[in-house]
Amino acid sequence: MSKHTFSIGGVHPHDNKISRECPIEQLPLAPSVYLSVAQHIGAPSVPVVAVGDKVKVGQVIAEPGGFVGAFIHSSVSGTVKSIGPRADLAGRLSTHIEIAVEGDEWLEGIDTSDTLVTAIPEDPKAIIDKIRLGGVVGLGGATFPTHVKLSPPPGSKCERVIINGCECEPYLTSDFRTLLEKGEQVVVGAALLKKAMGDVPCTIAIEENKPEAIAHIREVIAKLGYSGIDVMVMKMMYPQGGEKQLIDAVMHRQVGSGALPISVGAVVQNVATALAVYDAVQKNKPIVDNSVTVTGECFPKQANLLVRVGTPLRYIIDYLGGVPEEAAKIISGGPMMGRAVANLDAATVKGTGALLFLTEKQTRRAPETHCIRCGKCADACPMGLEPFLLNKLSKAKDWDACEANAAQDCIECGCCLYSCPAQIPLLDNIRVGKGFVLSAIRARAAAAKAAAEAAKK
Amino acid sequence: MSKLLVSPSPHIHSKDTTRRLMLDVLIALMPAILCSILFYGFRQMDVIAVSVISCVLLEWAITKFMLKKPSTIGDLSAVITGILLGMNLPYTTPWWVVFVGSVLAIGVAKLSFGGLGQNIWNPALVGRVFLLVSFPTYMTTWKDPQALFGLDAISSATPLGAVQEGLLQGLSVKDIMASGGYNYADMLLANLGGSSGEVCAIALLVGWLYLCIRKVIKPWITLSIFASVALTALIFWGINPDRFTDPLFNLLSGGLILGACFMATDYVTSPMSVWGGVIFGAGIGFITMMIRYFGSYPEGVSFAILIMNSVVPLINMGFKQKKFGRK
Repeated sequence: MSKHTFSIGGVHPHDNKISRECPIEQLPLAPSVYLSVAQHIGAPSVPVVAVGDKVKVGQVIAEPGGFVGAFIHSSVSGTVKSIGPRADLAGRLSTHIEIAVEGDEWLEGIDTSDTLVTAIPEDPKAIIDKIRLGGVVGLGGATFPTHVKLSPPPGSKCERVIINGCECEPYLTSDFRTLLEKGEQVVVGAALLKKAMGDVPCTIAIEENKPEAIAHIREVIAKLGYSGIDVMVMKMMYPQGGEKQLIDAVMHRQVGSGALPISVGAVVQNVATALAVYDAVQKNKPIVDNSVTVTGECFPKQANLLVRVGTPLRYIIDYLGGVPEEAAKIISGGPMMGRAVANLDAATVKGTGALLFLTEKQTRRAPETHCIRCGKCADACPMGLEPFLLNKLSKAKDWDACEANAAQDCIECGCCLYSCPAQIPLLDNIRVGKGFVLSAIRARAAAAKAAAEAAKK
Repeated sequence: MSKLLVSPSPHIHSKDTTRRLMLDVLIALMPAILCSILFYGFRQMDVIAVSVISCVLLEWAITKFMLKKPSTIGDLSAVITGILLGMNLPYTTPWWVVFVGSVLAIGVAKLSFGGLGQNIWNPALVGRVFLLVSFPTYMTTWKDPQALFGLDAISSATPLGAVQEGLLQGLSVKDIMASGGYNYADMLLANLGGSSGEVCAIALLVGWLYLCIRKVIKPWITLSIFASVALTALIFWGINPDRFTDPLFNLLSGGLILGACFMATDYVTSPMSVWGGVIFGAGIGFITMMIRYFGSYPEGVSFAILIMNSVVPLINMGFKQKKFGRK
């Protein structure tokens, strides 16, 4: 039993990895794909194609709208049909580029062969630039542009790259399958990230419920002969894959409130991101597809699919036999932090990692009862907060007290609500308080900046 | 599928519910109840049954007719209050005295504060202390559980009561213990005058261990009470063994184990943090010993817990969990 885990809180939901034996399978191309220009954190991208244009797989169709932004590439070959608003999985409208699929013609210069390229470029800047051009964003869920994360602000220095292979959310298996089937590519990707950050040590963190992946990655590291990359076996604990928690678990350092991981010398990248980095740097292949776990006890066919970005959810589900009768909720992502799907016509984005089907019995919340002050929420909170208290303060709309009690530190992992025996919707209420506190903090920062500038004049 | 549910994360929930936790407490109390049947026959069960039925009925009636709110008896907390109250009363207590205790526990201490989770004091203890102060005769006459089913029961004082009486008569602790025939093996296994809650220390500790293993409660409050009682007694006994009883005697007598394992650990009326719990327990242990050594009542666990219940909000304010990444 591994003892490596984060120091505060955490819960043990049953891992339910029922799709772990399903190899990653290529999903046939949909008739049309819909690529959102806002599928990463930061400014939405700006389309650079027009309706009627012919595009190839891997061709840039939208450029970053700012420093914190990402390129978007066509995931198929065909004709741009429309550029306009379309509902995402929550029903919110954003600009999508619709492309009708014609054949599968890739842009020249993209290496689509299976040959493993292990030579690491010497220049870190060149690596980071290729990552930027490949439209790589963090695929662990946050979709933060990777090249930005790899460009630490002046004065801060990276001391360790951590590759997050925890996959601590129940049901999800796409990272596990990627480690097993594309372990070589992930390890080369890790070596590239390590090089990009100035040849610092690199740790690949994998939870102990994936022994096959641990053994395989260790073998691959030995075979490829990279030095300074090791595997750390982690105790099973949710939310270990949370960035702050993983840094605490691996490096025993705690990232301060509102601070970035680089402030303690850490850069964390997900397994799928490491693979995307390999593709972008070694194969010139931008992010055009990603692995999606399709699972759930009520879903007849478990699968891990390689899906082109922008594929409508309905197309994926129909390919596997349609929405089962008993399914009451479809979740994009895992059951702890994923988002409920309201619109099956929504298309996948780079960060889509799973489609999970839950029955009403599995997901229905029982009626709320009185708080019995058991303190289970405070024990479970990985940020050391007091959810019972924040819940009350948030309901009383006392935003100052919310801030004093660190509502802004909440990572929305759901441990509090998960463990509450009285079924109190703790996180629902805390999210409201957190929102108000964060906007107050931003307003104060903006006011301070304006005052400083006024003083200069 | 006709419609999709859409709600915020998390989408799954642990199996813990209030009812499930209370059920675990019920299971944990079973060894002690079985022991009391073994030693007192079914007469103690009568007291417990009256207490449970009155507590549940009162909670049902008050929520339905006075508060006009959905009934809360399903969470089983009233059953536990009933059992704890019943276990704290001598089996000779008349049924109407038990009922008055239930009214105080459920009606006054629990529901008038807003029900489960809102009460400041442990309801069963409020009921018990009210009865102790109002009906001292019924509450302090115990019979020795000398034979199975209590056939040869003789009326006697509890060990703590005997010590206090003896001290008033100018006897030394050693003489009192010798004349009462008390020994620690009996106290641990159950051969003393006392309520069923005090009767078998081992059975109570087994239940407490079950709660700790099931992670229903944390052990720190209970351990802190034991440590504090032992330490305080050690100091006084070390100074004057003729005037003060020894640590082991105090640990094993007067409902200390029942109080420390099942009453002080009540979620609602105890601090949430580990260190808060330790301070809370230390306070209970110290006050208990002060009452036993210097007070007019022979035993003080109930009073000590109620006093410490009152300062729980203060303790909660003083002992916050360390937040991630903050000093």
